[in-house]
Amino acid sequence: MPDTIEKVSIIVSKGSLEGIYPALIMANGARAEGIEANLFFTFFGLDAIHKERHEHIKLATVGNPGLHIPTMAGGLPGVSTVMTHYMNHKMEKLDIPSIPEFVEMIADTGCGMYACQASVDLFGMEKNDFIDQVQDIITVGEFYEIAAGGSIIFT
Amino acid sequence: MTTTTTVAGTTVDLDDEGFFTDPTQWNEDMAREMAAEEGIELTDRHWTVVRFTRNEYLQKGTGATVRMLGKASGVPVKELYQLFPKAPAKTAARIAGIPKPRGCI
Repeated sequence: MPDTIEKVSIIVSKGSLEGIYPALIMANGARAEGIEANLFFTFFGLDAIHKERHEHIKLATVGNPGLHIPTMAGGLPGVSTVMTHYMNHKMEKLDIPSIPEFVEMIADTGCGMYACQASVDLFGMEKNDFIDQVQDIITVGEFYEIAAGGSIIFT
Repeated sequence: MTTTTTVAGTTVDLDDEGFFTDPTQWNEDMAREMAAEEGIELTDRHWTVVRFTRNEYLQKGTGATVRMLGKASGVPVKELYQLFPKAPAKTAARIAGIPKPRGCI
């Protein structure tokens, strides 16, 4: 094994705020270090690159013990919206870009962006539903070809 | 580990990744020489980025990340990667004679 990382391919499978940001930060950080990077969006992770949905990514307030609020409270109407708003506000203060802005910036750093064919079919989506930065809709086999020679990170 | 080396005819201290440990030792001739070693000939656009990140360091104690450069230096992210192809924020900091910028985003 070489002692430096030269290439990473990061899979985004979740559609929540806390599911998407870590993958974006890792992809952006890789490019900042001069590491070749690809993002592969699958299942609910597709929302991160969906034109109409990526501005409305929410924090998961149910089944998320890390939030330290009672499970029942997390499911009440509006709680997710309020918590998401609060989190976004905190991130804005730290100058962390919004998801749409971050995805665009990461594409500008030269990171590859791909959507998963199986998930696109499953959700009845098409290339047009995604932001222009998405290079292609690819199969899992094609993903492995693109990821060849590097590390794969599943989030 | 700091090593003492000669850049543009003057003795300077660099860390093991080639960043200046004492930014006061730096001058613009050194920037040109260090850029050339990376295969970069400094244009006005390069200098915009190099001066911006150096100012950031002098004012805030850390050089600019790619995000900060893209947002505030006047050079967009895409162009940053054309000017400094491998790692723009790190390369610009090295050329600007400042320590490696810290920041996750």
